[in-house]
Amino acid sequence: MKLVWQPATVVAIEARTSMVKSFFFRLPRPLSFIPGQHMDVRLTAPDGYEAQRSYSIASAPNGTDRIELAVELLQDGEVSPFFFDTVAVGDEIELRGPIGGHFMWSVDDGGPVLLVGGGSGVVPLACMLRYRAARRSAVPVALVYSARTASDLIFGDELRMLRARRDGFHFIPTLTRETNPAPGHRVGRIDAALLNDALMLLPSPPKLVFVCGANAFVETAADVLLGLGVPPAAIRTERYGE
Amino acid sequence: MATRGFSGRSRGTAADQPGRLPPGQFLTADFPVLSAGPTPHIAREDWQLEFRVGPRPIKSWSWGDFIRLPITKATPDIHCVTKWSKFDTNWEGVSIQDLLVDAALEPPTGFTLAHSYDGYSTNVPVKDLLGGRAIIAIAYDGKPIAAEHGGPARLLVPHLYFWKSAKWVKGLQFTDRDEAGFWELRGYHMYGDPWQEQRYSGD
Repeated sequence: MKLVWQPATVVAIEARTSMVKSFFFRLPRPLSFIPGQHMDVRLTAPDGYEAQRSYSIASAPNGTDRIELAVELLQDGEVSPFFFDTVAVGDEIELRGPIGGHFMWSVDDGGPVLLVGGGSGVVPLACMLRYRAARRSAVPVALVYSARTASDLIFGDELRMLRARRDGFHFIPTLTRETNPAPGHRVGRIDAALLNDALMLLPSPPKLVFVCGANAFVETAADVLLGLGVPPAAIRTERYGE
Repeated sequence: MATRGFSGRSRGTAADQPGRLPPGQFLTADFPVLSAGPTPHIAREDWQLEFRVGPRPIKSWSWGDFIRLPITKATPDIHCVTKWSKFDTNWEGVSIQDLLVDAALEPPTGFTLAHSYDGYSTNVPVKDLLGGRAIIAIAYDGKPIAAEHGGPARLLVPHLYFWKSAKWVKGLQFTDRDEAGFWELRGYHMYGDPWQEQRYSGD
């Protein structure tokens, strides 16, 4: 079954952090997907030159024709600056998807689940959590989310609100450049102590672990988790950029 | 469909060489790391490469056996399905052709599955491995391949999307039919020609 390029209309744009904006699209038809999957985006210049990139779907699958993609601005990028500087509500952007057959979690896959995200790597993990909330699931999940400062936590308010439900979801943000963290936020890079604390919040060893972020972050997190005894086969990684 | 307001950035060296970048790709000077799971660490003294026909082992090489074989150097462009391309990458290894000669083996079927130490697999037709089109690489830029880039040894078959260049390779299995490997089972194209933009099944 061929994934075709579809023209999607930008219906809203929302700043999430200083470097991340959400773009809300209306697709020609409803989209079915599994949290963790992404969409490919294609920009075409008048001379036919194409630029393509992939963005994880941020919104939970809900059977509608609306999806949210969260785009992080890369200073030397070609596509993200275009999104930040030029794309406006009403514009048509070509998308295709959903893509990805491994880094996905549907509530029915079970748990417990450990999610580890760095920076914009939280986006597919937030999608998994949003879907879990929509399904009113009590599958135990812990999210370790590393960002520079509290204002860099994408979907920070929403994640704190989900934590407040006390339904088996544990939110462990850690801030690497914060000097004065608010309550409920740790300081420092991910390490064995932090990840062990997260594992201890789950009622039993995780069935699945999803790690997403820049390569160095993912490599560190995966090595630490292996050192803590998590089986390699339980760990799924998605590495952004360099 | 032209995208309103998009003209693309100055295309750098790619603009000087029209037709060198496959459709939908962008040129990078980095070497991004992508994988489905954690990086396995295999010591050279434990490493082995095995050729099998179906379930039957035919020939295996230890690291010591392997490095006594003729070395092939290659400087191909490489293209990842995640859209980045890198030009003139420097590799050294042993060609599949030379391995077959050393094994005194004529390919018994038209299809192979490459297997990796972490359980990964990917299918490549035999014709795409012969004639110097593919090597088992052990060095990148003159140094041993870093673990996160697939060391100690990886398959290198650069005319296909780079997920076909299986990292941490431990064996090549000849199969009767074209068998889907890890990503092929998960929605990616069975062949993966970047020039036909064969990223996903159905492309």
